[in-house]
Amino acid sequence: MTGSDLVMYEEEFLKIEEELQKLRRQANAKVVFLVDKNGQLIASAGETRDIDTTSLASLTAGNIAATGGIARLLGEREFTILFHEGEKDNIHISLIGQRVILVVIFDHRSSLGLVRLRVKKATESLSNIFDDISRKVEKERGEGKLEESIFAEITDEDIDNLFR
Amino acid sequence: MSFINYSSREINCKIVYYGPGLCGKTTNLQYIYKRTNPNQKGKLISLATETERTLFFDFLPLALGDIKGFRIRFHLYTVPGQVFYAASRKLILKGVDGVVFVADSQIERMESNIESFDDLKINLAEQGYELERLPFTIQYNKRDLSNIVPLEEMDRLLNHLEVQWFEAVAITGKGVFETLKSVAKQVLIELKKHY
Ligand SMILES: Nc1nc2c(ncn2[C@@H]2O[C@H](COP(=O)(O)OP(=O)(O)OP(=O)(O)O)[C@@H](O)[C@H]2O)c(=O)[nH]1
Ligand SMILES: [Mg+2]
Repeated sequence: MTGSDLVMYEEEFLKIEEELQKLRRQANAKVVFLVDKNGQLIASAGETRDIDTTSLASLTAGNIAATGGIARLLGEREFTILFHEGEKDNIHISLIGQRVILVVIFDHRSSLGLVRLRVKKATESLSNIFDDISRKVEKERGEGKLEESIFAEITDEDIDNLFR
Repeated sequence: MSFINYSSREINCKIVYYGPGLCGKTTNLQYIYKRTNPNQKGKLISLATETERTLFFDFLPLALGDIKGFRIRFHLYTVPGQVFYAASRKLILKGVDGVVFVADSQIERMESNIESFDDLKINLAEQGYELERLPFTIQYNKRDLSNIVPLEEMDRLLNHLEVQWFEAVAITGKGVFETLKSVAKQVLIELKKHY
């Protein structure tokens, strides 16, 4: 592995959730998601019960990856915002830094303008939180703290038990 | 590039099934999907052409169980094997934690196997990975057919790294879980080394 694994701690996770709740409220959105560029769901806010969030995360990442590929073909660095308009629901997808994707789903109770505005604000706060996490991971690696974590104790038996 | 969440106590790992067109990558995922408990799997998503060839990827999330109170999730992906989907294959490999190479055992597919294997190495290198240093398992699939190359010969052609390999008949499930287990185990051992 490349050592750039994404790590999430309780403290920052709560801050991220709070930020997503705020965005959802202020943008009048139905649902807000945060997805890792590799397609893993990080956090969400709003009515997610009827949504297959795992699939949504993977497809969003695929979507960003594909448009990113197109961008490079055209000599663009990346398209940082994608917007899809549906009959009832619309979806606004944007990049936060180079790692994380912010997804906002909204209907007629909101508007693209409002969503854009609020997303811009939230992006700043969220990038700061992710910077904090990176610093924390660096620090803990330096102190050798991560090595003492759960993984050190994984046994072959634990692994075999997963596949029974 | 796994995702370790100390807050929700989850670990997510990405495993990619690679190999030439029609070698049976999608069939592997379909069998795993069929034989996994409903509470351990999500939807199998296939972005496919009308003739059921993979167009972008297949995706299957699995949550097999817990280790030390952490929920272990594997996200399985297949790439589109057809030669002209090269750009898509590169995208799917991003952030990969483990690779399965599915080889088609039929005599007339040996050249495609080798080509696809080289393609894998090049695409990994472009992302800064080395196959030598990744969790990696090979599957010799379609062993039920009659026009097939002997295992030793396939191993000589494809397995220069001498990694673990399995013979398989993906349509009946033979070797499918053995392959998955092998690569998943390597991924977890790798995590153990780094954290
Ligand atoms: N006889 C036999 N047929 C197989 C086996 N595994 C897969 N097949 C068949 O081979 C064909 C192609 O299988 P897929 O799983 O779609 O192949 P793929 O590797 O996903 O192909 P692409 O999506 O084009 O890359 C299907 O008709 C399968 O039923 C096997 O072990 N034996
Ligand atoms: Mg396929």
